[in-house]
Amino acid sequence: MEELANLFHGFAVALQPYNIMLMIIGITLGVIIGVLPGLGGANGVAILLPLTFSMPPTSAIIMLSCIYWGALFGGAITSILFNIPGEPWSVATTFDGYPMAQQGRPGEALTAAFTSSFVGALFAVIMITLVAPLVAGFALRFGPAEKFAVYFLAFCSFVGLSKEPPFKTIAAMMMGFALAAVGLDSITGQLRLTFGVTELLNGFDFLIAVIGLFGIGEILLTMEEGLAFRGGNATINLRVVLQTWRELPAYWMTSLRSCLIGCWMGVTPAGATPASFMSYGIAKRLARRGNNFGKGEIEGVIAPETAAHAAGTSALLPMLSLGVPGSPTAAVLLGGLLIWGLQPGPMLFVEQKEFVWGLIASMYLGNLAGLLVVLTCVPIFAAILRVPFGIIAPLILVLCAIGAYSVHNSTFDVMLMLVFGVLGYLLKKCNYPLAPLVLAIVLGDKAEEAFRQSLLGSQGSLGVFFSNGLVSTIMALGLVALFWSAIQEGYSRLRTSMA
Amino acid sequence: MTERSERGPAHKTLEIGMALLIGVFGLVVIFGSLKAGINWGAEGPRAGFFPFYIGAAIVVASAINLWHAQRDDDGRLFAAWGQLRQVMSVVVPTAIYVGSMPFIGLYVASMVFIAWFMRWLGGYRWLTTIAVAVGMPVLTYLVFERWFLVPLPKGPLEDWLGL
Amino acid sequence: MKPSVLSVALAAIAMSCANSTASRAAWEPVRPVEFIVPAGTGGGADQMARTIQGIVTKHNLMKQPLVVINKAGGAGGEGFLDVKTSSGNPHKIIITLSNLFTTPLATGIPFNWKDLTPVAMLALDEFVLWVNAEKPYSSVKDYVDAAKKAPSGSFKMGGTGSKQEDQIITVGIEKAVDTKFTYIPYKGGGEVAVQLVGNHVDSTVNNPIEAVAQWRGGKLRPLCVFDAQPMAYDEPIAEGKAWKDIPTCKSQGLAMEYLMLRGIFMSPKATKDQVEYYVELFKKVRATPEWQDFMKSGAFNTTFMTGADYAKWVEAEEKRHEGLMKEAGFLASGN
Repeated sequence: MEELANLFHGFAVALQPYNIMLMIIGITLGVIIGVLPGLGGANGVAILLPLTFSMPPTSAIIMLSCIYWGALFGGAITSILFNIPGEPWSVATTFDGYPMAQQGRPGEALTAAFTSSFVGALFAVIMITLVAPLVAGFALRFGPAEKFAVYFLAFCSFVGLSKEPPFKTIAAMMMGFALAAVGLDSITGQLRLTFGVTELLNGFDFLIAVIGLFGIGEILLTMEEGLAFRGGNATINLRVVLQTWRELPAYWMTSLRSCLIGCWMGVTPAGATPASFMSYGIAKRLARRGNNFGKGEIEGVIAPETAAHAAGTSALLPMLSLGVPGSPTAAVLLGGLLIWGLQPGPMLFVEQKEFVWGLIASMYLGNLAGLLVVLTCVPIFAAILRVPFGIIAPLILVLCAIGAYSVHNSTFDVMLMLVFGVLGYLLKKCNYPLAPLVLAIVLGDKAEEAFRQSLLGSQGSLGVFFSNGLVSTIMALGLVALFWSAIQEGYSRLRTSMA
Repeated sequence: MTERSERGPAHKTLEIGMALLIGVFGLVVIFGSLKAGINWGAEGPRAGFFPFYIGAAIVVASAINLWHAQRDDDGRLFAAWGQLRQVMSVVVPTAIYVGSMPFIGLYVASMVFIAWFMRWLGGYRWLTTIAVAVGMPVLTYLVFERWFLVPLPKGPLEDWLGL
Repeated sequence: MKPSVLSVALAAIAMSCANSTASRAAWEPVRPVEFIVPAGTGGGADQMARTIQGIVTKHNLMKQPLVVINKAGGAGGEGFLDVKTSSGNPHKIIITLSNLFTTPLATGIPFNWKDLTPVAMLALDEFVLWVNAEKPYSSVKDYVDAAKKAPSGSFKMGGTGSKQEDQIITVGIEKAVDTKFTYIPYKGGGEVAVQLVGNHVDSTVNNPIEAVAQWRGGKLRPLCVFDAQPMAYDEPIAEGKAWKDIPTCKSQGLAMEYLMLRGIFMSPKATKDQVEYYVELFKKVRATPEWQDFMKSGAFNTTFMTGADYAKWVEAEEKRHEGLMKEAGFLASGN
């Protein structure tokens, strides 16, 4: 009960006109940051952080976290409209969101994405409000072995999904792993696969690969058909929001499952990216229309978006209670806390009640404000698709170049982006799936790192992955997911033989 | 797409080329891993351990893909020459755009690129073309350099203007 | 706001009158200054850089904005090489940590600190030996006994990065007490501290700022500090103990000392005026109450050095790292 009183006090703090104004500014800036490739939430928060030192800490963190919300919402826009995911966790949104936009349903896809984001985030905030201390304890149980198990589960729930020839899937995924391995090996501190090229020190950044493979590759595919741009017949009025809302409740089961996956991934903290992929993979297996996934199924937008936001939001919990950021943005926010003299950690909830509850209250309000802002803009976003391809294509190419450049401030990366673009075009034409490749780039090095940390700890014994209940359960779930289709087949055979 | 009268490279050729390309990539990975050390050291696997098997898997998968590509020949076209010309009409200018960026800066390169694209591929009037080609980089400058303080590559013109 | 701009301007004018015989005013940045952090977001160097950025903005210490950019690739090699290749660009400064020495030594990338222009040492970061508060060791002696008793290699030390400062200290401890640890590298200091709280490792050598929250929360216990004398801060943190009450490791029979540089360098071929400008800037930063608070919260050693003193210190430190890393077998195998 004391928590509830604190929360209401927090609402009172967050609802001061000054703070509401900051919230709206933050959301708007965040959406802009999310839309422009190359400006991530971390950029936005980092750049505006110094400006907030003249504000009271509570107001400052409200504004910064609203930028975070805005960027999360904004990331879905380019994924759906142009097949360019600005953040790793929007990749899964492109799988069904982009086909929907091409079929002239961008409004529907955007509404579904924004609403699911809101639902996911809301679920996570409620969890933070009610069971924060419990959850923080759960996060502590995650050592390297548990983390590897989570990545393993993410991979397993995703592979075996594609309709492409299996060996092409394997080749694509292994290429992703190989690209992820380039650069510094974090366990031995040794360079590998760089062949003395200093530009390869950083390895291959996910964003550059994805801008090239998805964004540029898609433009090249479109160019085959000339300058016609499909999707020009998009309906652009606000009624589409209401129509989509009427459809959404039917998918409550997917939403709930995705919320749970998201919260779990966010707290552990494996992050929003495995959450979105895992949620998409599981939804595809369990959905009635699972076979239609990838062709513009609204459920395929709901699942990853809900999970990504639930994870993005719940990642703030380990940051506040343990001081471990779940994402780059959270890391910058963490730096901000320290500069304001707030020490994240177990004592923050005890000593800085006003701040913590103000922040939690702002999560509720910021999310709501964000949803209202982005939903009103749905027609505007959808209208972008009406701009003729001859104008929009060069602009997208320029924005992609800026995005690729600003990852490491390096023109080498821009050239790399183009190489990835041509590669993406060829791979897609030759029926190689791109999603496993991207998943491997994003999670490959993390999974390898966790695997090797575990082996260091166990002195080389693989038994560490089945050494306690938690890690064994996750590994077993992973194996079930991996052999799901075989299990399903066996089950149906069993049923027919019984009947 | 299969029954077009147009001519173009066979799908099979590209499939084989792709499989070979990926296979070579796999060999490069194997070679790099050997340099980093692929055995199981005192503290678990060494730096090249995983990449080595990943490289090996790439090579094996590509070999199988190559075999498949060799086998099924359905006479499909990869794309018609006309289509490929369209694709190249974007790839080549983009390559020039990207390649010139370190020397003349992003802004000037973008102006030329957008103008070229709109005028020659899009067939827009000069007025529209110039409005977009100048407007976009200026807007980019304001948003990235002024608001978000993200420095973008600049060339002699910006130096001369003192930006 | 206005008066401070004015006073800075006046100070600049006064300085230029006093210092230079030429009529030309002292150098000042004419573009946004890039402040490179050769480490990821949220780490110690990043926090310090962002604090400085905040102080500079709040007190209007610079006319042009200061922009923090993380270039963490290749254990910071990305950042160092970037500054190295920006020869003659005075709008680029870099904050360093020990990877200034360790990264080139361990990876063999073509870089040496002498490629850069030294500006100033801002502070030195301390290292403290931490254990989980649930563990029975209350002193270094208990800890060493336990480590020796454990089967070889089963005692786990967590740290940030591989072949960097944390692992160097670990090797130092191994030598000092003649036992073997298993060193497990993680991505960031905060993560290391949490792994210790979760009992996934047995001890860590976190910087004070990375672990202080867990100490205050009663989850971790500091055993000793790897410095020649105890830290200077006597405000109680937890259980009535202050940073000052943590004994030095040496006094507890663990002969290892290590401090990490938090210093500023700038791009090669900087002129004297340019270096002077940044030295003055950081002097002003150090005088602000926000900086003092930051130093206190992280229990930093506040030694400040510039010019020849600083270069000499860095040179000696480089020698020391070369020796330490050679002994530990961390040098790049020449590929």
